[in-house]
Amino acid sequence: MAMLQVENVHTFYGTIEALKGVSLTVEEGEIVTLIGSNGAGKTTTLRTIAGVSHARAGSVALDGEDITNTPANDIVRLGIAHSPEGRRIFAGMTVRENLEMGAFTRTDRTEVDSDYQRVFDLFPRLKERILQRAGTLSGGEQQMLAIGRALMARPKILLLDEPSMGLAPVLVELVFKIIQDINAQGTTVLLVEQNAHMALSIARRGYVIQTGRIVLSDSAQALAKNEMVRKAYLGEA
Amino acid sequence: MRRSSEGWWYTAKGAARDRNIVTTAGAIALALAFPVINQVLNLGWEAKAIPISLFIVLALGLNVVVGFAGLLDLGYAAFFAIGAYSMAFLTSEVSPFAFVREGQPVNFFIAMLISSAVAACFGVLLGAPTLRLRGDYLAIVTLGFGEIVPLVIRNTPEVTKGTQGMNPIGYPEVPGVHFATDPVPWYYLIVAVLMVSVVLTGRLQRSRIGRAWAAMREDEVAAASMGVNLVTTKLFAFSLGASFSGFAGSIWASYLQVIAPEQFRFDVSIFVLVMIILGGLGNIYGVIAGGLILGFVDRIMFDWFSAIVHGIGRATNNSELELTDTSRMRQLLFGVSLVVLMLVRPEGLFPSARRRAELHAAEESETEAAQERAVIEDIE
Repeated sequence: MAMLQVENVHTFYGTIEALKGVSLTVEEGEIVTLIGSNGAGKTTTLRTIAGVSHARAGSVALDGEDITNTPANDIVRLGIAHSPEGRRIFAGMTVRENLEMGAFTRTDRTEVDSDYQRVFDLFPRLKERILQRAGTLSGGEQQMLAIGRALMARPKILLLDEPSMGLAPVLVELVFKIIQDINAQGTTVLLVEQNAHMALSIARRGYVIQTGRIVLSDSAQALAKNEMVRKAYLGEA
Repeated sequence: MRRSSEGWWYTAKGAARDRNIVTTAGAIALALAFPVINQVLNLGWEAKAIPISLFIVLALGLNVVVGFAGLLDLGYAAFFAIGAYSMAFLTSEVSPFAFVREGQPVNFFIAMLISSAVAACFGVLLGAPTLRLRGDYLAIVTLGFGEIVPLVIRNTPEVTKGTQGMNPIGYPEVPGVHFATDPVPWYYLIVAVLMVSVVLTGRLQRSRIGRAWAAMREDEVAAASMGVNLVTTKLFAFSLGASFSGFAGSIWASYLQVIAPEQFRFDVSIFVLVMIILGGLGNIYGVIAGGLILGFVDRIMFDWFSAIVHGIGRATNNSELELTDTSRMRQLLFGVSLVVLMLVRPEGLFPSARRRAELHAAEESETEAAQERAVIEDIE
C-alpha cells in the first residue's frame, strides 16, 4: 500500500478546473517528483494534498486512510508537512521562532529539541542566524528555513513546492543535496519542480503534469531519457 | 506552558532583561506612588489619571486584537459600551431587571466579571461571521458593529433609558474605603486592573496562542499549514480583546455614575486605536507609553494650552482669542500629529522588533544580493 495515494482529484479555482483528475502515489522512503510547466497544476496538486485547496472530486489517502479535504491545520498533525510555493516564511519572526512554528502541533518537547539539532545539522547557516528576523535572510537562507520549518513537524511525508525558485545555481545544488540527505534520514518527499533536470536527478520516480492531467509517469531515469520530457522540460533539442 | 526555547541554542539577553526589570519596577512604583506625588506637588491630576489609566486598559485589550492577531477592529468602543451597560443592568436602580431595581443589586466585583464575560460573548458574536474577512473588509464590518451598538442602545429606551442614560450605577463596596467620595481608591482599582492586564497580555503574547496569533497575522495560509486552527485562534483574540473592554467599561460606568450612548461613539474606538499605533502596535510597553502620551496630551496639556491661549487673549484684549474653545482643535491636532508620525515613523514610537522587521523587510532585501554572494562564497 502506498503511503500517499492521490486518486482522480479534481480541484477548481472558482469555475476554472485546475486539476482534471490527477492520480499519483508515493511509496514510503521515496523521492517522487512532479514536473511540469507554469500553470500545469503542480502547486495545486500539493495544495490539495495539504488541505489548502479543496478537491471537488476524487480522493487523497495517507497510509490507506482517507484524508480528502481535511483542513490544513489537521493535515499537518497527520504527518504531512507542506513547504509552500514562494517559501512563505514568517518574515517578522526570528529563525528560531519560525522553527518553533513548524513544531506548533507537537508536545513531545525533548523530541522537538533533537529536531532542532537535526535542522541545524542540515542547515548550519540557520544556526548562525538563529536570532535574526527571517525577513532579513537571503533568498537561499529563506528557502532553507522554509524546508527546516516543515521538517520541524517531523512529517512522514514532506511536500516541497519549487525549492529551487529564485536561487543561484550553486544554491540550487546545495538545496537538492540537502533534500537527498533528508530523504536518506527516512523522510518521504514529494517534490514539485520546474527545474526538471535537478528534480529527476535526485528522484526515484517522476510524474509529468500538463494542463491539470498527469501525462507521463515512470522512473526518474526513464523520464530523463524520454524524448518528450527532454524537449519540453529539459530544454534539449 | 513550558517553552521549548530552553535548549542550548537559547541566547539569554542578560543585560537587556535586567534593564527591563528595573524599568518595570520603576513604573509600578511610580504608578503606586502617584496619588501621593499628586498631593505633595498639588497637581490636581487625580481625576485625570483615572480615565487615562482606564483607556490604557482599553488600549491593551485592543492591542491583543490588532497588534497581536492583526485583526483591524474599528468598533472597539462597542464592547466598552456593552461592558458599561452590563454593569448598569446589574447594579443600577433603573435596571431593566426587576430584582436589581427592587434593591438587590449584584455585587460590584461580581458584576465586573459578568460584564467582561458578556463583552467576550459579543466578541465571539462579532468574530464568527467575520472569520473569512481580512484587512479593509474586516475593518468595515467592525466599524458597522461599532455604530450599531450605540444606535441600539439609543433606540431601546425601555431597556437602556435611551439618550437619557442610566443613572445611578452601583459602587464597589469595600469596608473602610469611600468609593463614593474619594477618587484615590478608584485610581488603585484601575491600576490593579491595568497591572493584571499587562501581565496577562504579556504572558499570552509569549505563549503558544501568542505565537499562533503572530503567525496568523503574517500569513494565514502558512499559519494553517503549521497546524494553527484559524477559527478558534481568531475568535479567542476577538473575545479576549472584548473582555478587556468589558472590564474597563464596567468600571467606567460605575466611576462616572451615568452612562449614555453618546459616550461610546466612533471617536472612542479611534482614540484607542491611535494610542496603540502611536505607541507601537504589538508592543505592550509601547502601547502603555502611547496611552500615557495621548492621555496626557488630551486631558492635561490641552488645559494648559487653552489657559495659554486665553491668557494671550486677555493680555492683548482680544476677546475672540480669550473665549476660543480650544477643545475644538483637539481632533485637528491629533490628525496632524498622526499623519506626521505615519510619515516619519510608521511603526510607532516604541515598536516591537517583530513589527519593525515586517515593515522594513522590503528595505532590507536590498542587502539580500550581498548576502547571497556571501553564501555562495562560503560554499565554494
